Amino acid sequence: MLKIENLSFNVNSGEKEIIRNINLTIPDGKLIVITGPNGGGKSTLAKLIAGIEKPTQGKIFFNDTDITEMNITERAKLGIGFAFQQPVKFKGIRVIDLIRLSAGKELTITEACGYLSLVGLCAREYIEREVNSSLSGGELKRIEIAVVLARKSLLTVFDEPEAGIDLWSFNNLIDVFKGQREEIKDRSILIISHQERILNIADEIVVLSGGEIEKQGKKDELLPGLIGTSSAVEKCKGVKKGVDC
Amino acid sequence: MKLDKVQKYLLKEIADLSDVPGGAYNIRSNSESIARQSSANIDIIPKKDVSGIDIRIKEGTKNESVHIPVVMTESGLKEEVYNDFYVGDNADVEIVAGCGIDNCGNHDSEHDGIHRFFVGKNSKVKYVEKHFGSGEGSGKRILNPVTEVYMEENSSVEMEMVQIKGVDDTVRTTIAELKEGASLIVRERLMTHNKQQAFSVYTVSLNGKGSNADVVSRAVARDDSFQKFEAKIVGNAECKGHTECDSIIMDNGKILAVPALEANDVDAALVHEAAIGKIAGEQIEKLMTLGLTEAEAEQEIINGFLR
Repeated sequence: MLKIENLSFNVNSGEKEIIRNINLTIPDGKLIVITGPNGGGKSTLAKLIAGIEKPTQGKIFFNDTDITEMNITERAKLGIGFAFQQPVKFKGIRVIDLIRLSAGKELTITEACGYLSLVGLCAREYIEREVNSSLSGGELKRIEIAVVLARKSLLTVFDEPEAGIDLWSFNNLIDVFKGQREEIKDRSILIISHQERILNIADEIVVLSGGEIEKQGKKDELLPGLIGTSSAVEKCKGVKKGVDC
Repeated sequence: MKLDKVQKYLLKEIADLSDVPGGAYNIRSNSESIARQSSANIDIIPKKDVSGIDIRIKEGTKNESVHIPVVMTESGLKEEVYNDFYVGDNADVEIVAGCGIDNCGNHDSEHDGIHRFFVGKNSKVKYVEKHFGSGEGSGKRILNPVTEVYMEENSSVEMEMVQIKGVDDTVRTTIAELKEGASLIVRERLMTHNKQQAFSVYTVSLNGKGSNADVVSRAVARDDSFQKFEAKIVGNAECKGHTECDSIIMDNGKILAVPALEANDVDAALVHEAAIGKIAGEQIEKLMTLGLTEAEAEQEIINGFLR
């Protein structure tokens, strides 16, 4: 369980508040989707949870341990996974290397390929590729998700996982999130997204706006009111199959 | 072949050998050839006037290899060695060279290998050269390799040159001349530590129509080390040339990259690229989210970069 208490994050010596006194609990075994308008603080909150940013005020607890002062590595070792919105590129590091590092053990090629297949990549073509700019944005994004899946974290934060992903993979992605929940009991998933179809698989929805929680509640209660707003957009309306959007 | 523990270790590092290799070989240790074998198609003949060997590879020799590693464990040795490779036409061979110096003493140890390659028509050569230094002595480990490559029509040479540990001072000079249709690929990997210095100078002349060269260096300078990479491609005919220097600097490391292009023919197409920078913070952050410490993340990034 992740518990966020009175969390704030300011920049420019306190002049600009990105996150304002947030209180939020992510219970075990739940899929929570955080939505809200652009610039509302969603990605910053994700980074604060992963330890990439440090809060100005407040505390974060993970399974009753205060992780506020812990660095990224310590949080990862406790079981917090993070899929970047903008996948990071490397020189010389291959897909297989990242998957193995993520799993924290030697995996066979077949095992590693399994993760790529989950995100709709033809594994043999990609497993030895370098994670560099020769890959398209969509390919990098799918590899990013496959790498994070290999980590089998207790809590995984996905920051806009659908960005740059084509329609076919998007459908797969929904199945991946569903599968994740079945694979490990008590595993929690936190997704930053304003895609209606992702919101639709949530247990709970949190609407973050202006750095504050505007609304929070069960999907069935909250989603109908969000449809048609910028917090719940329809994926690729009218876009052909297989086209990145 | 009698080798002590340190010599065996060096041999493993530079040529991945734990015993005498298959095919032709010459193993040099502390300025003497301690094992040599020619094969039916590859003759290794010691030079009479200077220290070194001639390696003569018969026309049409296919899928054979030559190993000529050098190890030095006596502090204070200084040697110049001339090795000439004559590769007949239509051959396809792999040549594994390399030098490992272990210097536990207070005197400098130096090996200057001058390698010349005369590559016949349509021949294909893969050349692998690894340089490595070890030992705790205050004496320096110095390597100044000179590599000259003369390529006949439609020949191709792929060179993998690696120096990633323990060499204090190095000046690496590589010259290549390519005739019509010849193709040269160079992949250099360099890492320097402490107060080490490395100079790497390439001059590649594309003299024949349709010749092409791709010279790529990846370098990491750590601690207080310094590297200079100077690559010049000269296009004297319709040709394609590309040189790239991609470097990571850490600590107080310094790198000077000087790519140069000279086009003497209107149909010469030459490109150079150079980039120097520290490891991107987001790369370290990404690997930390996978459970690696900051130091482990840096090491993975460098290992990948120098792969």
